[in-house]
Amino acid sequence: MAEDRNPIVQVKHLKQYFNIGKANEVKAVDDVSFNIYEGETFGLVGESGSGKSTTGRSIIRLYKPTSGQILFRGEDISKLKNRSPKMKKFRSEMQMIFQDPYASLNPRMKVKDIIAEGLDIHGLAKNDDERTQRVEELLDMVHLNPEHMTRYPYEFSGGQRQRIGIARALAVDPQFIIADEPISALDVSIQAQVVNLLQDIQRDRGLTYMFIAHDLSMVKYISDRIAVMYAGKIVELADADEIYNNPLHPYTQSLLSAIPVPDPEIEKTRERIDFDHSRHFNDQQRFQEVQPGHFLYCDDQTAAKFK
Amino acid sequence: MEQVPKIPKEKFKLLNKQDNEASESLGTPSLTYLQDVRRRLFSNKVATACLIILGLIVLISIFAPAVAPHNPNAQKVEYSNLPPKLGNLNIPGFNGMQDMGGKEVDAYKQVGAPKGTYYILGTDYLGRDLLSRIIYGTRLSLIVAVLATLVDLLIGIPYGIVSGWKGGRVDTFLQRIVEIVSSIPNLIVVILMMIILKPGLTSIIIAIALTGWVTMARLIRAQTFQLKEQEYVLAARTLGESSTKIASKHLIPNLSSTIIIQTMFTIPNAIFFEAFLSFIGIGIPAPNASLGTLLSDGQKAFRFLPYQMWAPAIILSLIMIATNLLGDGLRDAFDPQSSD
Repeated sequence: MAEDRNPIVQVKHLKQYFNIGKANEVKAVDDVSFNIYEGETFGLVGESGSGKSTTGRSIIRLYKPTSGQILFRGEDISKLKNRSPKMKKFRSEMQMIFQDPYASLNPRMKVKDIIAEGLDIHGLAKNDDERTQRVEELLDMVHLNPEHMTRYPYEFSGGQRQRIGIARALAVDPQFIIADEPISALDVSIQAQVVNLLQDIQRDRGLTYMFIAHDLSMVKYISDRIAVMYAGKIVELADADEIYNNPLHPYTQSLLSAIPVPDPEIEKTRERIDFDHSRHFNDQQRFQEVQPGHFLYCDDQTAAKFK
Repeated sequence: MEQVPKIPKEKFKLLNKQDNEASESLGTPSLTYLQDVRRRLFSNKVATACLIILGLIVLISIFAPAVAPHNPNAQKVEYSNLPPKLGNLNIPGFNGMQDMGGKEVDAYKQVGAPKGTYYILGTDYLGRDLLSRIIYGTRLSLIVAVLATLVDLLIGIPYGIVSGWKGGRVDTFLQRIVEIVSSIPNLIVVILMMIILKPGLTSIIIAIALTGWVTMARLIRAQTFQLKEQEYVLAARTLGESSTKIASKHLIPNLSSTIIIQTMFTIPNAIFFEAFLSFIGIGIPAPNASLGTLLSDGQKAFRFLPYQMWAPAIILSLIMIATNLLGDGLRDAFDPQSSD
């Protein structure tokens, strides 16, 4: 069902290694392939250190991929030169929302200049009045008061800061936004506020999101499709409901079994499934489609069982 | 289990939008960043006072030829070692009286100086006016301090930022150079310099330029390593900001406290370095004065003619304290989060 849609991002055999050839070589992302379709929200979950943030940062070219291809609207952006005109255009089409609202805003800049940074780089405002007007619009879009633009970031709460970060990303009018754990540093009441805002903006502007998180219930709420990452690999990828109702990979099953339920009766009897790395993870496995739209990292025998 | 009672829908009402907006508005006047910095600096009384003191010292040394009452190098041996005298005002310590063998004697009368001859801070062992020498000496010391600061700012900061920002091989290479430079003692550089150049201001300045920037470069490099992983720097990169713009918009403003504090160490260090070189005799050649040579001369006669050391020592201390306190004030002023 997803296949007849138009892929906006295609990741093919992406590898991102650090400290190559040294003793401390890290295979942060190891041969990952997936598509993200226009207009959808693609959730990426996994434990700390599983490589989900690195995947996001490679796609937006904060890192230069070790190997593999990243196609954005059919064009390979994994080998773009840093100062080329194509790179500049790409920089306005893909944007990122960051995890820590306390570290993602320069403490020495005013909110107006933070949001207008993209406008300045891409020359999107012809004069000072237009710049101010655009910043006002953007602040309004994230439900902040336009008077806020002359303040410094420290004067805002976590949720407000995150909304400033969203406004900065939206300033250059991107089509694809990578949200790198945008709500994990916020308290629960504010999480909903930010997620709903993201969804409203997605509806209004027809955006595509890649939503990186480790909070499974929130990912299920926001995502159309979910990929589960473990040890630098995507172990399972399917529609959100499918992942929740029919998890095939032992790691996904283990993750889902760990979600607490706000009901003491269920909690008393809830069984957690342990995931044994050495038993469920080996070199014979590869990433393959086992059911329509349901991908699994497994060996061929297991795959045949599900087909 | 007990069922939570349902709350009827009518009991909920939508807050009006104005209330919401009012709760989100934060009232402070709107100024640009630099206006903010100035406002915060001037609201700090200590820093303002230090700024005024330093400003006066700088102005006096710039206009030294106009301000100094005498030629600082003109000798008048018959008027040597005269104590301070300020007009005919009979202020103790400034009345030209000197303790000689347990008796207070008017030193000016003793050397037969005509009425109306005054040396506000006295004279030295060659009869040169001490006040004029201090004014010229301060001027020289300040030149050394300003140049050392410039070297710090113009070499140390860019060097550190490039090294930290580029990382990898560039960083390794640049750091090896730093290690080589910092392993050669300053004194040896100056002594080697004297083989080619005459001792004087030029060789001191070249010695400082060659080695002075190392500490600043190291500090900035370490901080840059920290800052470049900050999410606001990553955000700037995803927006396509160029490296030079990132350095000027994101790195330097956030490095400002390190830069200011390090500069506050550089200034007294440079003045002391010059003073030390002059003190051991390879600095500013006679008859020119610097705060260092004045202290060195004053120290020789401190037990009998203490005023010859007090005056330059007070000026030197004043410069040090004022720069340090002003530095503290500047650091706070550049930080928007500091309490005003």
